[in-house]
Amino acid sequence: MTSTVATESTPDSRSEDARLERELTDTWRLCRGFAGWFCETNHTVIARRMLVTAFVFFALGGVEALLMRLELARPDNHFIGPDRYDQLFTVHGSTMMFLFAVPVMQAMGIYLVPLMVGARTVAFPRLNAYAYYTYLIGGVFLYVSLFTDTGPDTGWFSYVPLSGPQFSPGKRVDVWSQVVTFTELSALSTAANLIVTTLKLRAPGMALNRMPLFVWAELVTSFMVIFAMPAVMLATMCLALDRLVGTHFFNSAVGGDPLLWQHLFWFFGHPEVYIIFLPALGMVSSIVVTFSRRPVVGYLPMVLSLVATAFLGFGLWVHHMFATGLAELGQGFFTAASIMIAIPSGVQIFCWIATLWSGRLVLATPLWFVFGFVAIFVVGGLSGVMVASVPIDLQVHDTFFVVAHLHYVLIGGAVFPLLGGIHYWFPKLTGRMLDERLGKAGFVLTFTGFNLTFFPMHLLGLHGMPRRIYTYRAATGFGPLNLLATVGAFVLLAGLLVVLTNVVRALLSGRDAGPDPWQSDTLEWSVASPPAPYVYEHLPCVAGRYPLWEGIRDCVVEGMDPRQRQVLVTAALDAAPDHVYVLPGPSIWPLLSAVATGVTFITMIFTPWAVPLGLALGTVCLVGWFWPRPPHEPLLAEQP
Amino acid sequence: MRAPSLLLLALLSAAGCRRERRSFSEPSPLQARVERAEPLPSGEPLSHFLDNAWAVSEGARLFGWYNCAGCHSLGGGGGMGPPLRDGAWRYGGAPADVHRSIVEGRPNGMPAFGPRIPDYQTWQLVAYVLSLSGRLRLDVEPGRPEAIAIGKPPVMVSKKLPSAEPLPEAP
Amino acid sequence: MTGALDPASTQALAISILWWVFFWTGLFVFAAVLVALVVACVRGRRRARREGSAAEAVPERSLEQRRERAVLAATVLSVVILIGLLVASIVGGRYIYGNPSPPLPVKVIAHQWWWEIQYPGPRSSDLVVTANELHLPAGRTAELELQAADVIHSLWIPNLQGKRDLIPGHTTRLSILPERVGRYDGHCAEFCGLEHARMELPVFVESPERFSAWLTAQRRPAPAPSTPEAERGARIFTKGPCAMCHTVTGTDAAASVGPDLTHVASRAWLAAGALPNSPRNLRAWLSDPQRLKPGSQMPPTGLSESELDDVVHYLGSLR
Repeated sequence: MTSTVATESTPDSRSEDARLERELTDTWRLCRGFAGWFCETNHTVIARRMLVTAFVFFALGGVEALLMRLELARPDNHFIGPDRYDQLFTVHGSTMMFLFAVPVMQAMGIYLVPLMVGARTVAFPRLNAYAYYTYLIGGVFLYVSLFTDTGPDTGWFSYVPLSGPQFSPGKRVDVWSQVVTFTELSALSTAANLIVTTLKLRAPGMALNRMPLFVWAELVTSFMVIFAMPAVMLATMCLALDRLVGTHFFNSAVGGDPLLWQHLFWFFGHPEVYIIFLPALGMVSSIVVTFSRRPVVGYLPMVLSLVATAFLGFGLWVHHMFATGLAELGQGFFTAASIMIAIPSGVQIFCWIATLWSGRLVLATPLWFVFGFVAIFVVGGLSGVMVASVPIDLQVHDTFFVVAHLHYVLIGGAVFPLLGGIHYWFPKLTGRMLDERLGKAGFVLTFTGFNLTFFPMHLLGLHGMPRRIYTYRAATGFGPLNLLATVGAFVLLAGLLVVLTNVVRALLSGRDAGPDPWQSDTLEWSVASPPAPYVYEHLPCVAGRYPLWEGIRDCVVEGMDPRQRQVLVTAALDAAPDHVYVLPGPSIWPLLSAVATGVTFITMIFTPWAVPLGLALGTVCLVGWFWPRPPHEPLLAEQP
Repeated sequence: MRAPSLLLLALLSAAGCRRERRSFSEPSPLQARVERAEPLPSGEPLSHFLDNAWAVSEGARLFGWYNCAGCHSLGGGGGMGPPLRDGAWRYGGAPADVHRSIVEGRPNGMPAFGPRIPDYQTWQLVAYVLSLSGRLRLDVEPGRPEAIAIGKPPVMVSKKLPSAEPLPEAP
Repeated sequence: MTGALDPASTQALAISILWWVFFWTGLFVFAAVLVALVVACVRGRRRARREGSAAEAVPERSLEQRRERAVLAATVLSVVILIGLLVASIVGGRYIYGNPSPPLPVKVIAHQWWWEIQYPGPRSSDLVVTANELHLPAGRTAELELQAADVIHSLWIPNLQGKRDLIPGHTTRLSILPERVGRYDGHCAEFCGLEHARMELPVFVESPERFSAWLTAQRRPAPAPSTPEAERGARIFTKGPCAMCHTVTGTDAAASVGPDLTHVASRAWLAAGALPNSPRNLRAWLSDPQRLKPGSQMPPTGLSESELDDVVHYLGSLR
């Protein structure tokens, strides 16, 4: 069995270290060349690609939002017209939910979780690459469709029967349902990967109660993904069958039910919000701890809040359906659940405030984003309590009030922490420091722009402006507030451009960061920035929640063979070392399998022959993927 | 590498546009035809309707609205009037023939809808009627309607039936 | 601007009171959190200046317990507040269903993209079918029976009541007890396709006398055309394209897929709130509806200029 030993640097061990480093570099070498680009499975590379892809989709979704704001800036505007406008808001919503928010949070997880738990990589590197390519193909498919006038146009929750075969002719909604299937497949793969990485690859000694809060958040989120995503895949599959094969799942005339769609969709759709926002809470915890220079107040309540949110999050989907006229008693139950979910969120906010209160604050840019997050998110949470109440919801449901609410929750609750997280981990991702002055300017502009854009929408909703209208009459009096929101959208754009400028400048000429620029607490800051492909020369072992502050850098794992891609598998609860597992190297098969999946899903829209074709392609790909490795790469390491 | 992918994108966009375009009014190539006696168009203007999913689905809606279903039954299974989904045509099954049948009417009870239906809607109806016997591209055919399926279940039809030669008139 | 906070019915009043309860509670919570955050920030900053910014890996246990107790206190307080809000919500909810008899039955059928309104009478011949305009008497509960003809719509009249979805295959209900006479905006609130934006429903709350006068007038069949232009218009209407979709009671035009036009001239708006009803707008609408409401299911009629004049004349006489 491999052993965990505390060592001390001596001159002897230094040459030993140099040899070890050479061998590790050789074993974990990244692929080179054009073909190597497609074979790579290293988790830092895949996660970086996923981050960049997600931000590209964020930019595209943002452009769509700006076009919509331009259309709504004046009453009776004929800038875009209904057909385009419907495609824009559908693709905007679908992009932000499916192609940006979930993947970007998972990408942060894929990058950081192995580093934070002291692992060399994720548990299933090839599955990780497959998840990325599936997501990429799905996203590109959506945008190719938009540019060929086949953009989905029934909203990101595509209610039937509007999205059914009779009222949505053509292939627009089929594109949407397949894109959803693509992205959910990718999210499920990544979730499985993160769960196994977290539970089985933690450094020795990192028992569950010593895991960083960000890792907890990603773990809880991944479990939510596994329970929520199948519901929407089921729903979109039924929709595709209704549209392509003529089944009657949602046809009320022959015993189907349009409300079935809504139940299935929101059983996924509401947890989706927490899937997006729990990782962001994890980022906030990391940032608050680092810049308060002290442990978080109430680690246990924080973890329990995350878990409680995950459970409650599945019990309140019906508050999206109050206006459908369900039974009163049932509505009361869902009101109670929706109101109660404010408690775990509240607990976390109180804990952060208590941490800041008793800390020694360093007011760096990431912490500014956290302040912005608290201010915005509390507003979003309180308007959330309002929409949980049936009578109030009946007034504000499907109006601009809800548009304001959801952007306060999702931008305030997820994008601000994410931007904070990007500022915080940028040194780790790239080895360069972002400029603090530009960072703060970016924060001020995004914060101002955000509130200018979305606060007026609360009022518009209360005054009677429904969602998803492409224009409105001048006599309604919605004009001035809409104009203000449009101006705000451009301020927000300016803020995001400042952030982008900062990133580009840092990449070109940023200050060298060094391994630990913030004197932070978690393991990822103990390795080089950016980390070597093998991440840890010696796997660390851990004796507390804040390893770098507790000064235990000298305890390491020894005895792993550097000539193989070995990872140390530990027990799920107390992270006691269990055995060594050898991971497979780079491979083209994840990409080919993703292409096969893509071909199958896309041709399925046009012909049923896609099913046998997909089966054949899938079989070929899986055989290639799992083809036994040559004997000089044994599956299990020899026991010493 | 770039040129083929651009070409592919252009092709895709052409295909996508034709199938998905939604024109809410008389499309321009037809607008000039003020006189209905003018020769019927063929080729490009027709593909506005026959290769367009929106036009076919509008045709399906109008088929119910203008009470075509009253004689030909919902889904075109036939009733008082002849069935439309079997690929047999008394007055010719070319798009222009079907169009003429709707506009001018035919003996034995088919009224002339010319003065009552805008020309582009007539073409939408033509597109739908042709789709009933499976004579349009697969990807523009209408899906199932959101209503009770009335009449006989759909049957397989051959696409090789004569389209232009009229059948002998019923006695 | 009018809206949900300018209630004109018992139900909307109850909701707006509840809204203000939530609003002031929320404002208090928001202010408290923000003050705590600012104080925390100032204190933390001061401490950093005093003690430097070295990390404190193990905080003192007794102090830590005090902080955890503060978090607990804040949590308990928020639980109490939330339970209070829950009770308020349930109590407030009782008022939005209130239904003293005898209610005025009204049937609302939503179509893409217009509203069909029916007032059943004592005899079946008394049925009034109208479109795109809801008239309600003040002081009497109206019981709206809601149905959808095609896709899901949602009826929302912010001044009078919260919204209710109209779902194909389901019948939903909505009670309104209007209290204040006036004209209010209604709107479809569930995305229903291309012209969701132009699917409005003007609502007129009238004194009971005016309402019954209006209802009586609506029960009469359409007046016969009285001028030569109107007569020509009527002929074009019934023999031409219009009668393919529309009904005018008492004439040959009896199709039911478009709005009933029997008393179209008595309405304030055309095309579900797309434009005010005036001869000029009517003429523009008839000649090219797709320019004014792209995607609408009203096709351009293809009538000549003089035919248009006659039809506008005829429709203008249908009071």
